[in-house]
Amino acid sequence: MGDSKHRRAGQAEAPRRRFLKEAAGAAGGAFLLSLGVGLYAKQASALPAAALRPPGAMAERDFLAACVRCGLCVRGCPYDTLKLAELGDAVATGTPYFTARAIACEMCEDIPCVAACPSGALDRSLTDIGNARMGLAVLIDHETCLNFLGLRCDVCYRVCPVIDKAITLERVHNPRSDRHALLLPTVHSDACTGCGKCEQSCVLPGEAAIKVLPVKLARGSAAEHYRKGWEEKDAAGGSLIGEQLEMPVRGLEDKAYGDTRVAPAPQPESRP
Amino acid sequence: MSGKGAFAAASARGAPARPGREALAGKGWLRAHAWLLLRRLSQFGILALFLAGPWFGVWIVKGNLSSSLTLGVLPLTDPFLLAQSFAAGAVPYRDAVLGGGIVLAFYLLVGGRTFCAWVCPVNPVTDAAAWLRRRLNLKSGRVPASSTRHWLLGFVLLAAFATGSLAWEWVNPVSMLHRGLIFGFGLGWGIVGGIFLYDLLIASRGWCGHLCPMGAFYGLAGRFAVLRVSAAKRRACDDCMDCFAVCPEPHVIPPALKAAGQDHPVILDRDCTNCGRCIDVCGRNVFRVTTRFDRSES
Repeated sequence: MGDSKHRRAGQAEAPRRRFLKEAAGAAGGAFLLSLGVGLYAKQASALPAAALRPPGAMAERDFLAACVRCGLCVRGCPYDTLKLAELGDAVATGTPYFTARAIACEMCEDIPCVAACPSGALDRSLTDIGNARMGLAVLIDHETCLNFLGLRCDVCYRVCPVIDKAITLERVHNPRSDRHALLLPTVHSDACTGCGKCEQSCVLPGEAAIKVLPVKLARGSAAEHYRKGWEEKDAAGGSLIGEQLEMPVRGLEDKAYGDTRVAPAPQPESRP
Repeated sequence: MSGKGAFAAASARGAPARPGREALAGKGWLRAHAWLLLRRLSQFGILALFLAGPWFGVWIVKGNLSSSLTLGVLPLTDPFLLAQSFAAGAVPYRDAVLGGGIVLAFYLLVGGRTFCAWVCPVNPVTDAAAWLRRRLNLKSGRVPASSTRHWLLGFVLLAAFATGSLAWEWVNPVSMLHRGLIFGFGLGWGIVGGIFLYDLLIASRGWCGHLCPMGAFYGLAGRFAVLRVSAAKRRACDDCMDCFAVCPEPHVIPPALKAAGQDHPVILDRDCTNCGRCIDVCGRNVFRVTTRFDRSES
């Protein structure tokens, strides 16, 4: 009897303590769970280089705050280019991306994926698909690219939707044969949208020699601290340090100053 | 206090393994499952609307529960997702905000957790776990406090703020299941399977009733909901405990049924999901759906 009374007295003061204990447990558990989620999100937020965001995507940091993972851009895409990342993919779960080597962006003029986005993760101020910067193509492998071997593949150049602006063929001497040209596909960042048609079409089996990379990976920062003499000269209308003294060079007297090219040696007309 | 006493006495008898036997005998199978059938119809019907597009090319609704566009005009967005987005520092477009407003207004009216019982794709999973647990007569293990979900809701928003991203959406089983069914799962099955096993083997009604921060959010939104369940004929109650056995949030019943802390029979607790299962299983027809203003008894 006394024992049960004692127990009841103990129970009377228990509720408050139990409540505090329970609240602390609940809060602690919830905190740990969300901490784990937060750390995972932080760690997994780096976009792998092969995954490209749709046109008009905000910078990755802002994109991950804005994208609601609804897939309306995926539904808007007429070419099944876009996919939503699944759990286990290297891309943030549920966010849209595409892999250029698999299916590239076809650069629709009306940009339906951007029009479909309700959240603003794809920026509607992008109205000209030519201004999209999904990435930047880089001819990454000079050893296997057929044009670098002196062959005329040219496929990346031909398929480029911004042909002759985003990719040009630059003619240089082919030192191997010494009589042919190399036509080197050369990407220009001011016109390349990163659509990935070049990477998708590269004829190499397996990996492409030209790849679309995130702009941050593809570009070095400009050497702003260098003052380029030729630009300064044009801007000032003349050399800033005075014209250089021109000294005669023996054997090149009839050439413009600075032109040190030697004329080809006269070939013998005929063997004696 | 007498109501609470009766509740305690009844719960000591233990929850029945097959609740609703009396209702089944008295009302017939169909009427004893009417609300359950309606609910499954709603859950799978909504899912079917989303799947009709990708499966059959009939585009009625595009997107998923996170955000969708119906018939090309009606935008709907999950307000819980929007709240995370705001916390992460994003300023969404008008479409998303408008869609979130429509959804929020709807659930303010019909009760936030109506989403949980009538729309959420995780509900059939946890219902299945609860059903199997009753059938196998499994004892509940360590159940987290039901306030855990409110803490989790707070920390989820905090995590969004701290990381500047929708951190919870990396793992949110609710949006993941729905998105997975429509766009492809990856390893998402694992998380859904984990919830099933957690509810079955560890904590009775553990996910929906104690942990889910999305449910907590909708619960807060449904605080003053108009649509409510009432134990209007509570005088006919014979303490069979069937309603407690099937209710996903059993603590919402005593105040209304046993007058524990209130004098009217309307279930006003924000945790009530308006699932209507208590109406089905009650052999005495104690419960009915009504508004929060209808405090009459019969």
